Amino acid sequence: MTLSSHPLVRLERLSVAFDGVTVLHGIDLEIRRGETLGLVGESGSGKSVTWLAALGLLPKKAQVAGRVLLDGEDLLGAAETRLDDVRGGRIAMIFQDPASALNPVLTIRRQLGEALALHRGLSGREIGAEAKRLLDLVGIPDAERRLSAYPHEFSGGQNQRIMIAMALAGSPDLLVADEPTTALDATIQAQILDLLAVVRRETGMAMVLISHDLGVVSETCDRVAVMYAGRIVEEGPSAQVFDDPAHPYARGLIGALPPLDGSRRRLVSIPGTVPDPRDPPPGCAFAPRCLHATRDCTAATPQLEEVAAGRRMACILAVHRRALAHREIEFA
Amino acid sequence: MTAPLVSVDGIARHYAMRRGLLGRPVEIRAVDGVSFTLSAGETLGIVGESGSGKSTTGRVVLGLEPADAGSVAFDGAAMPAAGTATWRRQRARMQMIFQDPLGALDRRLPIAPQVREPLDIHEIGDEKARAARVADLLDRVGLSADHGRRFPHELSGGQRQRAVLARALATKPDFLVCDEPISALDVSIQAQVVNLLVDLQADLGLAMLFISHDLRVVRQVSRRVAVMYLGRIVEEGDADDLFARPVHPYTRALVSAAPTPGRRMADRVVLVGDPPDPADRPSGCAFHPRCPMAMSRCREVEPRLTEVAPGRRAACLLVDAAAAEPREGAR
Repeated sequence: MTLSSHPLVRLERLSVAFDGVTVLHGIDLEIRRGETLGLVGESGSGKSVTWLAALGLLPKKAQVAGRVLLDGEDLLGAAETRLDDVRGGRIAMIFQDPASALNPVLTIRRQLGEALALHRGLSGREIGAEAKRLLDLVGIPDAERRLSAYPHEFSGGQNQRIMIAMALAGSPDLLVADEPTTALDATIQAQILDLLAVVRRETGMAMVLISHDLGVVSETCDRVAVMYAGRIVEEGPSAQVFDDPAHPYARGLIGALPPLDGSRRRLVSIPGTVPDPRDPPPGCAFAPRCLHATRDCTAATPQLEEVAAGRRMACILAVHRRALAHREIEFA
Repeated sequence: MTAPLVSVDGIARHYAMRRGLLGRPVEIRAVDGVSFTLSAGETLGIVGESGSGKSTTGRVVLGLEPADAGSVAFDGAAMPAAGTATWRRQRARMQMIFQDPLGALDRRLPIAPQVREPLDIHEIGDEKARAARVADLLDRVGLSADHGRRFPHELSGGQRQRAVLARALATKPDFLVCDEPISALDVSIQAQVVNLLVDLQADLGLAMLFISHDLRVVRQVSRRVAVMYLGRIVEEGDADDLFARPVHPYTRALVSAAPTPGRRMADRVVLVGDPPDPADRPSGCAFHPRCPMAMSRCREVEPRLTEVAPGRRAACLLVDAAAAEPREGAR
């Protein structure tokens, strides 16, 4: 076995509670070197909290349990100085709103320089050259001159490019991109997704793309995990999950998307709303909104079960149906 | 042919904006010569990115902002001046809903009295009739009487938008302007509200101006679609046909930029450059600096919105030239 077959990052039973209210219920997830994983889900599903918890970025009052293994080393409970090396150095994160993540009173050179000095130990002229190379890489025209500019002198799309340059400054093995294009216009979103693909091809880094937009995730990611109410409910290769979603929630999400071509159909709408984490329903959290729910669904929380290589789902009905279909194929 | 319910003729809206503390005021043409008509019961979708003028268009059409040029006619008569008694009466027949339902509702009042408010203002029906109408409206948008007794913060985002919709429908309007009505909602809730809008539109015969940046949603609710870029309509036509066979290079880029589940990023048209600055409108065709097909003429000549096929209008010199020349196998 070579080292590269080990996962780069492995989350084990990661859970988060705020003031005794559990919002993340034991997430198990692996990121392999160089792969792209999409995390989809609606607001409050826990997709961002998962990574904020993994990187120790949640406020003190959050109770985090489980393990976050980076190349086998547990980051939960690691010393703050160790986390400082990991954050930005091994795992970088970018967010929805680049303007508020950049310091408005410092030039781009200063901000990029800070990251380069911290994570790469560069100084003086090396910083200038490397900062320019990074701006070139992310497609900021006239990089040399623009290094002396301030964030407000750039457009939203350019600021997100600069954030990506800053994330790349530490040559991370994993980029966690949390809704990186949500605040951008459609044509600019296309540019940024394109850029992320180019950067990944050139650096070979892995990426976790957190998004509510199924289309964006489907186009960008090798694998996808669908989250609902603090749990992963379905996971698998993107093409499989989007062509043949198994969990009723994943099916509903995909059916809720209006088609851009072909005949119009009534949208599948999922009735009701997301449960309140302070008052979770018994058993499967999706059962109150699920059209197929049976009494068994409310009896116990379904576990995420592997039904085929790399394909996991947390729904007793979906797992049962897969098993039946599988048996029919065997008999045929 | 019946007369259109809403007829918008060359409306323009200009703002003066100051760049920096000492900068000279620059004129911004947020909307610059937009024309369209809307028949009773018809839905026109307007798509465009930020700064395209789509929201301003909606506000000018309703008279919430004055037009600096052009005119809007409703039901065959020119729109009365804003603030006058006739305008207020007219406004009962045209309503608007916005992106942020929490901002549109009064946080200190339960839902039911807010839905009832337009009936009080326009003095429609007596006490009993108003109460019955409110119950009917809540039911219509899928809210219970119990929801009516709650305060806005006690409802979810989707429920709040339903409440706003119930209030907009209280005066039985003929015309509804929806400005990004579902953009703030989660995907599964978006579908609920879209289905509701489609049903209401069909049942009540509403004419609708549906403004959104989301091509999918616009196609779902609209029969016709207009694409705006820097204050102008650059393409307009049947919704299905326009998205299947976009003619204008900008529409093509927009359609190609819409991510589709199950499709890998392949030969997408990725536009170069940033979104345009309304304060610094390029000469000629405003889209030419980002257009992959721009010719030198595009820098000088402003393309006009012309009919390029039955029911399809586009403002692009390439298309215009093709229409004027003998057909060479194209189309």
